[in-house]
Amino acid sequence: MKKTHIFILVGIAVLIVALIIFGFPSSDFSTYDTINSAKSKQGKYVHLIARLDHSQPIVYDPVKDPNYLTFSIVDSLGAQTKVIYHNSKPAELEQSERVVLQGKMQGDVFECQNITLKCPSKYKDDKKQMEKSVSEAK
Amino acid sequence: MEFEGEHLLPGTIGHFFVLLAFVASLVATIGYCIASVSKNEADKRSWINFARLAFYTQTTAVLVIFGVIFYICSHHLFEYMYAYKHAAKELESRYLLACIWEGQEGSFLLWTVWHSIIGLFIIANSKKPLLNGWEAPVMSVISFAQLFLAMMILGVYIFNIRIGSSPFTLTRNEIAAPIFSQPNYLSFIKDGVGLNVLLRNYWMVIHPPVLFLGFASTIVPFALAYAGIQTKRFGDWVKTAIPFALFSTCVLGVGIMMGGKWAYESLSFGGYWAWDPVENASLVPWLVMVAGLHTMVIYKATDQSLRASYLFAILSFVFVLYSTFLTRTGILSDTSVHAFTLDDETKIVTYSMLILFLAVFTVPALVLFFMNYSKIPSVNKEEGTDTREFWMFIGAVIIFIASVFITAKTSVPVFNAVTGAKIAPPEDPEFSYNKVMVLVAFIIGMLTAIGQYFKYQKTERGYFLRKIGLPTLLAAVITTTLVIVYPLTYNKQGAGFLGAMYIALFGSVYAAIANGWYIWSILKGKFKVAGGSVAHAGFAIMLVGMLIASGNKKTISDNRVTGLNIPFTRDSKENPLENLTMIRDVPTRMLDYMVTYTGDSLGNEKGREFHRLIFVKNDSSERFELTPDVYVGKNELKSSNPGTKRYLTKDIYTYISSISPDENKEDTAAFKISELSIGDTAFYSKGYVVLNRVGRNLNTERYHFNPDEAALVAEVTVVGKDSMRHKAYPYIMIEDSQHINQVDDTLYAENMYVRFAGVTDGKKIKLGIKESNKILNYITLKAYLFPYINLVWLGLVIMAVGVVMSMIYRAKIKPTTATIVLAFVGIALFYMFFIAGG
Repeated sequence: MKKTHIFILVGIAVLIVALIIFGFPSSDFSTYDTINSAKSKQGKYVHLIARLDHSQPIVYDPVKDPNYLTFSIVDSLGAQTKVIYHNSKPAELEQSERVVLQGKMQGDVFECQNITLKCPSKYKDDKKQMEKSVSEAK
Repeated sequence: MEFEGEHLLPGTIGHFFVLLAFVASLVATIGYCIASVSKNEADKRSWINFARLAFYTQTTAVLVIFGVIFYICSHHLFEYMYAYKHAAKELESRYLLACIWEGQEGSFLLWTVWHSIIGLFIIANSKKPLLNGWEAPVMSVISFAQLFLAMMILGVYIFNIRIGSSPFTLTRNEIAAPIFSQPNYLSFIKDGVGLNVLLRNYWMVIHPPVLFLGFASTIVPFALAYAGIQTKRFGDWVKTAIPFALFSTCVLGVGIMMGGKWAYESLSFGGYWAWDPVENASLVPWLVMVAGLHTMVIYKATDQSLRASYLFAILSFVFVLYSTFLTRTGILSDTSVHAFTLDDETKIVTYSMLILFLAVFTVPALVLFFMNYSKIPSVNKEEGTDTREFWMFIGAVIIFIASVFITAKTSVPVFNAVTGAKIAPPEDPEFSYNKVMVLVAFIIGMLTAIGQYFKYQKTERGYFLRKIGLPTLLAAVITTTLVIVYPLTYNKQGAGFLGAMYIALFGSVYAAIANGWYIWSILKGKFKVAGGSVAHAGFAIMLVGMLIASGNKKTISDNRVTGLNIPFTRDSKENPLENLTMIRDVPTRMLDYMVTYTGDSLGNEKGREFHRLIFVKNDSSERFELTPDVYVGKNELKSSNPGTKRYLTKDIYTYISSISPDENKEDTAAFKISELSIGDTAFYSKGYVVLNRVGRNLNTERYHFNPDEAALVAEVTVVGKDSMRHKAYPYIMIEDSQHINQVDDTLYAENMYVRFAGVTDGKKIKLGIKESNKILNYITLKAYLFPYINLVWLGLVIMAVGVVMSMIYRAKIKPTTATIVLAFVGIALFYMFFIAGG
């Protein structure tokens, strides 16, 4: 084996080890949780996949505080929690079908750091819109 | 049932040509395959001619399909699902092309159009020395890819499974709605859904074609690597592949950064790069192509690293297919903000087809490579550490490892889907990339700096040290000066990461200086051969710009800076409160500007509103206006486009995150009438009002009346709670003896209406004051300052020009053509990144 090959192999090995240590420590991933399992992991960073709870109000008053939004979510197991998000209200929050929230459970409140909305796909939206446009036409 | 008003002919034509394209690519593939294995020269010739005919046919078919889709969309034939979904009458015509490549089918079509053009180019130049003898194997690969792309838009049912989704399906067959039971259903469909408002942007028109040309062009080095094995001309293909790899590097690189510029300019992500899986998916093929380019250059110069060249040429295209799989199947939809999503029915089929597409190219290519591994020549000579090829190879390996790292992280959703694991992205996904890539940037910067000062085969120690000394010193001085004069302020991740950023800054400054110095002192300004150095210098400048722009990005709408709305419960170091509400006409301090929101105006498109922000510098030396805009639907903000003030050295960047609801709520407050003489004062809940003067056709800063008008104008000063003084000019216009018109004045800052209510018998003025309880007129916005962001775009343009220079040199293009190409590339890029757009 050539000297350079050894050099390169050692280099690659060092790099891979470095990548594993610096690139993939356990804090570099988080988990998808249900609301109940998140409640049992107080203060731990998790992802929640849930729906907006339409029976609870969405509170956002930008005149008072543009960095304060609260609403409630329910997950597929029926668990429910209040969410606080220190940012502006994402467009189309009310229309969303599903929300992916990132943050930490603090007591009974989910302190959210990021929201990803899953809106109904365009395809399904079209149907509604079509039917609506028909009823308007008549 | 007969339906009225449908235009079924274009769809029939389109569908026919889709089938034709599919069959013709199949024929071309077979023809070229037979030609490439044919030993007899005459046979080979006739098979090539036959396959060419088939390829021309598929090219024509693809162009006709494109034309038909264009026709359907531009004529708003909403009986077709594609037009209904992507086009709309209200859409400005410049977005017509954009709505074609908004959809899956259209973007696949764009890809096949580029493949066709690349194929035609190869056929047309097959007699040139560089391409001589490569046509048959290369074109068999391209035709085979065309077969799969045509299959993606085939839309034919086989055993009740729809293979591919056709762009020519009818709306009434795709949507189940009661109106389709009526023959005249088309008269109810007034308009299409149109281009997603998020995508209505200059970059949506220009970015996809460039990016897809980049993707499409990676097939050529792949096909040449295959051809090398197939023809057993194991090393010959490299010199042909280099110019194509350079082309790919240039176009794909520019395409990726166009995406970045788009995100920066209009997608309100607050930056140009977020390590989003979709962005990563386009970056990885580029990185692998760059790695391959370097190993190919090494091979050309020294006969070393041919095997690595094979691997990288294959993998670059494989990663293009893999990224297509990632972005088109919706597998990323939980982790990416802009992945395509699909409905369940098409999902499974698309999934299987894309996996098949990926597999039929990846598996045979890798199998062929490993089967012939021992036959691929390699040099059994020690590469010394004093040679250029050694350091170039190390660089290529580092780039490749970085791309493997990015792929691994991006593929977590795939891993979850396969194993049922539930691994989610980390708390700060961007940082989890940045902390690794900042070190990669440093290493690559260092290698780029010193690489060229080594010579191939052997470098004299004295020569190297003599030449590298000055640029090293210069880079050290410049970096030190930067650290002192203009330090990075990014402290969110602690001192360790800041240190790493400084190291990377040194690496990139060093690379920029060393490459510039190399052109000057060693190449003596011979630009013909300086392409590599120019490209490296450009890349380094881009890195410097990235480090400074992210290291010193400032949130200027931060509530802690403006002193407004501070809740006390928060750890404010971690998350700046970036949203700031600006009430109309109330000035707010931001950085060294007073900023006032002065109202909105409507755009041409449905739901588009422009909001005016006036920036006045504290010392009044500067005043400018920004108009970030939003799309509003159903009383809600749908999407937001930033307003940016560009300076040479910084950008001030604003976008709207929330607007006041425009509810037609009944204003229950009533006017309180006071009777005042000139100079009298009336009080209201927050302050008082002084009547200054009254006059006929009083010309004021607000109004200018014609002499034939009869207006009675009052000038009123309103002094609010915070002693802010505002002028108001309510007036009465006497139209004729029957009609008078009261025109109230609105003071948004005090949320107050002032009315000239009439004149009493005692010559007093009746002044009405209403304190509205309607919701205030306001916007909520975020504002950032990006310093030296222009270095990023400048670096990119220089890099692209450098790569084109190399391509001209390697492909031995004639000087006149070369000048035209260079001028065109330079001007076009400069225009796109510095003049057009936002």
